Amino acid sequence: MMASDGKGPARGHIDLRDIRVSFMQNGAALDAVSGVTLDVEPGEFVSVVGPSGCGKSTLLNIVAGFLKPSAGKAMVDGKPIDGPGSERGVVFQQYSLFPWLKVRENVEFGLRMQGMGRAERESKARTLLGLAGLLSFENHYPDQLSGGMKQRVGIVRALATGPQVLLMDEPFGALDAQTRVVMQEILTNMWQQLRLSVLFITHDIEESIFLSDKVYVMTARPGRIKAEIPIPLPRPRTPEMTASPTFMALHRQLKALIREESLAAMGGELRDGGLGQDWHLGSQDDVRAVL
Amino acid sequence: MASAIPMRAVGPQADAATARTAELHKVEEGMNPPLLIKRRDLHRAPPTPAGLPPGTGARLLGLLRAQLGSLALSVLSIALLLGFWYLGTEYRWDFYIRFTNVPSPGEVFTELMGLVGSTQFQTNIGTSVGRILSGFCIATALGVVLGLLCGRYAVLKGLLFPALEVLRPIPAIAWVPISIMLWPSTETSIIFITFIGAFFPILLNTLHGVASVDPVLIRAARCLGAGELALLVRVILPGALPHIFTGLAVGMGVAWVSLIAAEMISGQFGVGYFTWEAYSLIEYPHIVIGMLVIGVLGLLCSGGIRLLARLAMPWQRAGHKENG
Ligand SMILES: Nc1ncnc2c1ncn2[C@@H]1O[C@H](COP(=O)(O)OP(=O)(O)OP(=O)(O)O)[C@@H](O)[C@H]1O
Ligand SMILES: [Mg+2]
Repeated sequence: MMASDGKGPARGHIDLRDIRVSFMQNGAALDAVSGVTLDVEPGEFVSVVGPSGCGKSTLLNIVAGFLKPSAGKAMVDGKPIDGPGSERGVVFQQYSLFPWLKVRENVEFGLRMQGMGRAERESKARTLLGLAGLLSFENHYPDQLSGGMKQRVGIVRALATGPQVLLMDEPFGALDAQTRVVMQEILTNMWQQLRLSVLFITHDIEESIFLSDKVYVMTARPGRIKAEIPIPLPRPRTPEMTASPTFMALHRQLKALIREESLAAMGGELRDGGLGQDWHLGSQDDVRAVL
Repeated sequence: MASAIPMRAVGPQADAATARTAELHKVEEGMNPPLLIKRRDLHRAPPTPAGLPPGTGARLLGLLRAQLGSLALSVLSIALLLGFWYLGTEYRWDFYIRFTNVPSPGEVFTELMGLVGSTQFQTNIGTSVGRILSGFCIATALGVVLGLLCGRYAVLKGLLFPALEVLRPIPAIAWVPISIMLWPSTETSIIFITFIGAFFPILLNTLHGVASVDPVLIRAARCLGAGELALLVRVILPGALPHIFTGLAVGMGVAWVSLIAAEMISGQFGVGYFTWEAYSLIEYPHIVIGMLVIGVLGLLCSGGIRLLARLAMPWQRAGHKENG
């Protein structure tokens, strides 16, 4: 992937093994995810898709260090994950810029935490903002930016400390369709230039194919890995590729996989909803007839 | 520059990619202006009156007219108050409410002119201002620090709050006798009462402010390597600042109430003392002068806090003055 200069990054390897997470709900421990094994090679772009509530954010929170798995091993570069750290950048779905800091000060935040001097911080933040086409907005406050720009600043801020791993939880979920497409291109281009591993959560199938080297599909709750789909499209990715036969075949395949799980999830909810009868899900056609 | 991020262009392909990225930015930025204008529209001054041709001149004229209109109303409002006072004293209104001993606006004005130069009068004002500032600053420091810590650490809150909840409903004025007993001098006891008045609103609003900080900001800060102290000072404090300033504004009001009451009861010097003494000495115009001074000082103090809030939270106004 990034091998054009002959040496891929040695670090940024995410390794989740047999992860189980259970939450207490109504006094009972229920599994949110169970038996998840997932692997992001150094420099790889990996997406996770799955129906709502299947535990995608839960997995990301484990890698970010916000959550400890109930069982299993979570490691980055062979070291068990222990709390959040700036070697793992996170971009959240909600805008998470500090409203009281200007754009450049937001980007400088992590560098300041590292104890970097003012001048160095400033020049580094400006370099990165320039890369994302945001230099002319360096002195704006977040409230003065559009959603797409806010999220771009969020990405730049997460990258500023030089993480080996970038974790993104539906970062474009709140954006409109056009902005979303533009953001996807910006992200692939930035990723192409920085050699780091990305774990990307989304429910947008097209987005996952366009961005990734590999897509994991999760089952409905309790979330397990249902399939691991490699994306053999060449780099750099261009918008035209979304019309290619390979892309469309992958799209069909992923859509079918997710649809099964979404139906299972909804069937589960209907059953849990206590409609007074036991719902047995036979084939999908049965479900459709019932719905 | 030692870059922590190895940035490597991957030959001409990457350059092309960068160029396209730049283009895409243009597209995306192109989508922004309407959004920003909309936001600005929300905060625009009153619309120009219908029928005027569009243009800067007409818009300015409309703005001026709206401003003049509200100014005229303000003047009228004050004039009505003065007129009511004047008529009441002029005709010695005595029907349930008695204006018989109330000094007229003219008397008050003449007395005021005489007083302004007197050092005694200035000392009274200076003393009150000094007491307010001491009590209020101590309350701010303690209220904000305790509020931040209690908001962040549940154990500390659990330890302090039951005791504070017992004390909180007691009005500052009720502290006057015990305060005189507690503190070595009248001065310290009055400052203490002022402090009590300001402390609770500041503490509670700070606490509320800490609770209102978006948890995602705290997570983001921790991911960026913020330790506990940095989190408190650089994330929780600024995040709570809008509520803290609400607390300061309320606290300043209560502090004045408490101070005046304390000065009236136990005081030596101060505008509260001056006002009450005027009543005892039957110098009725001075009562009104005392009231006016208290009003003006209160107004100045709350204006000062508003100004401070504006300076301390420039981002709060940033959305309005987008791109000039
Ligand atoms: N703190 C918590 N306490 C209890 N249950 C939780 C908690 N966090 C998540 N869950 C449950 O775990 C499951 C997985 O949640 P998660 O947020 O990871 O799903 P998701 O795949 O990210 O969903 P979405 O696509 O809607 O974001 C959900 O059923 C949720 O109700
Ligand atoms: Mg989620």
